[in-house]
Amino acid sequence: MTVRVRGLDVDLAGRPVLRGIGLDVPAGGWTAVVGPNGAGKSTLLLAVLGLRAGRGEVAVAGRDPRALRPRERARLVAYAPQHPGLPAGMTVFDYTLLGRSPYIPHLGRESARDRAVAGDVLDRLDLAAFAARPLGELSGGERQRVVLARALAQQTSVLLLDEPTTALDIGHQQQVLELVDALRAADGLTVVTTLHDLTLAGQYADSLVLLSGGRVAAAGPPGDVLTRESVAEHFGARVRVAPGPDGRPVLSPERPC
Amino acid sequence: MTVRPVRRKRALDVPAPRAAARLRPLPLAAALAVLAAALLAGLLVGAAGLPLGGVLRALADAVPGVRLDSGLTGVERNVLFELRLPRVLMGALVGGMLALAGAGYQGVFRNPLADPYLLGAAAGAGVGATLVIVAVPGDPAVGVPLAAFAGALGGVFLAYALGSTAGRGGSGVATLVLAGVAVSSFLAAVQTFLQQLKTDELQRIYAWVLGGVGSADWRSLALVAPYAAVSTVVLLLHGRLLDVLAVGDEEASALGLSAARVRLTVLVAASLATASAVAVSGLIGFVGVVVPHVVRRLAGGSYRIVLPLSLIGGAAFLTLADLLARTVIAPGELPLGVVTAFVGGPFFVVVLRATRGTVQT
Repeated sequence: MTVRVRGLDVDLAGRPVLRGIGLDVPAGGWTAVVGPNGAGKSTLLLAVLGLRAGRGEVAVAGRDPRALRPRERARLVAYAPQHPGLPAGMTVFDYTLLGRSPYIPHLGRESARDRAVAGDVLDRLDLAAFAARPLGELSGGERQRVVLARALAQQTSVLLLDEPTTALDIGHQQQVLELVDALRAADGLTVVTTLHDLTLAGQYADSLVLLSGGRVAAAGPPGDVLTRESVAEHFGARVRVAPGPDGRPVLSPERPC
Repeated sequence: MTVRPVRRKRALDVPAPRAAARLRPLPLAAALAVLAAALLAGLLVGAAGLPLGGVLRALADAVPGVRLDSGLTGVERNVLFELRLPRVLMGALVGGMLALAGAGYQGVFRNPLADPYLLGAAAGAGVGATLVIVAVPGDPAVGVPLAAFAGALGGVFLAYALGSTAGRGGSGVATLVLAGVAVSSFLAAVQTFLQQLKTDELQRIYAWVLGGVGSADWRSLALVAPYAAVSTVVLLLHGRLLDVLAVGDEEASALGLSAARVRLTVLVAASLATASAVAVSGLIGFVGVVVPHVVRRLAGGSYRIVLPLSLIGGAAFLTLADLLARTVIAPGELPLGVVTAFVGGPFFVVVLRATRGTVQT
């Protein structure tokens, strides 16, 4: 399933947040949206999700999510927010089951199949042992995986992840991104993430979109987008960019002298 | 990292729970047993003690198609059917409605401190009741429930209208709570103003404000039962949706829920439940906040559990509170609201301590 955005303008409270955004993610592709704080990355994800009104074209698998009923939309695209609401007393299993909401009749209850899907997702993410544990008792890494589990339980082919590595140590960052990549390969998921860490973004995504001041400053393969000059210009940071073993760029911060 | 495409075989390890949070038979049966005991105690105990066997036979006799000789005297039958039974049922209905509405409000506002009066239902009912007492000549027993009912719904409507106009584009829930505070203060001022106009009615207004079910009869029960029934059905159907709403509006929308629609439906139903309780009982505090919390502590935090058990627990709690209210200083009566807070407060502390660390709410 493809994601396509053309000429998207989004205003929040009368303030322009996104202007003239274009985005193309092929089916099975992974695009990372990078950019400095306040560039509009999260807003772009919410616009693709259909939860932010705006002018311009947004199409997920050829359909405009803004025109869909919430349930249809939630069967098309799943979303893991940067700061998820995690009711402390809710168990991991029940939280994962929330991902089945678009399939459960409005006033009905979940079916055996919904429970089986939630159970399978927990198995795949090595969370089965946590099924009965309340969310309030999870570590940061476990929480990220649980939020991912809920999104996967929606069984959509497009996955939007807002900063999936927030507040994770370097090991857990890799673990979560490897997991997303493995799921993408296994299920043919189309993935759009925002990512703070530019090196990680360059390592995992096939394509980067650099947002700055609400506009697309650069887009393309990681090596084209992450250059010493673009990072200096848009992040105000001094970095050395060197190709890693696989040719993808690795950024090292340099202390200004 | 590899991802297993199929579910792993589990031969020896204990299978993890694969069932969603829902009301299990055991807690439900326990709650119903407590309620039944409370209702029965309410029927038996009072100025005139009634025999257990006679009461049970008389109740069975009242079931269509069953004929039994209860052995009760005519006076005892009268006490049972015209005084005790309507009063006990009214206590149960009011307690159930307030606790259920409280649980609903807590779910909608994602705030454990929300109570059924949060959006101005109490102050609105107060204005309605006071208006009838000071301005309408004759027996206030007829007009007060209707005016309180209308006032409660009017107060909530005012707060909702104010909150949704002011909160456009912003964080709706917080604005709604603030609007409720503003409307409540305003209506409380109106009520105070009205009662100051006619200070000789202060006693009656005060008695209404303190709340009670002492004047319950079959007529007033019939007046509010339909509203109570409708809001009960609607609220109990929304347990799962309130669980989804617990992750926040935006995420709930991303999960395919129309958060605004669920919120409005639950608010209307909970306000209807509150209004039907307030109309016939005045202002009884505490039940709406504390019963849902006790349920969470004892049985779990999912609204699929909290809503039905709050209904049953609130009914049992208020039945017992009313039993105390009419017996402790017999032949006088304590205001029901005083009893709920006096007994319920310490009870809540005990539950909080006993379940410390078991359930996060």
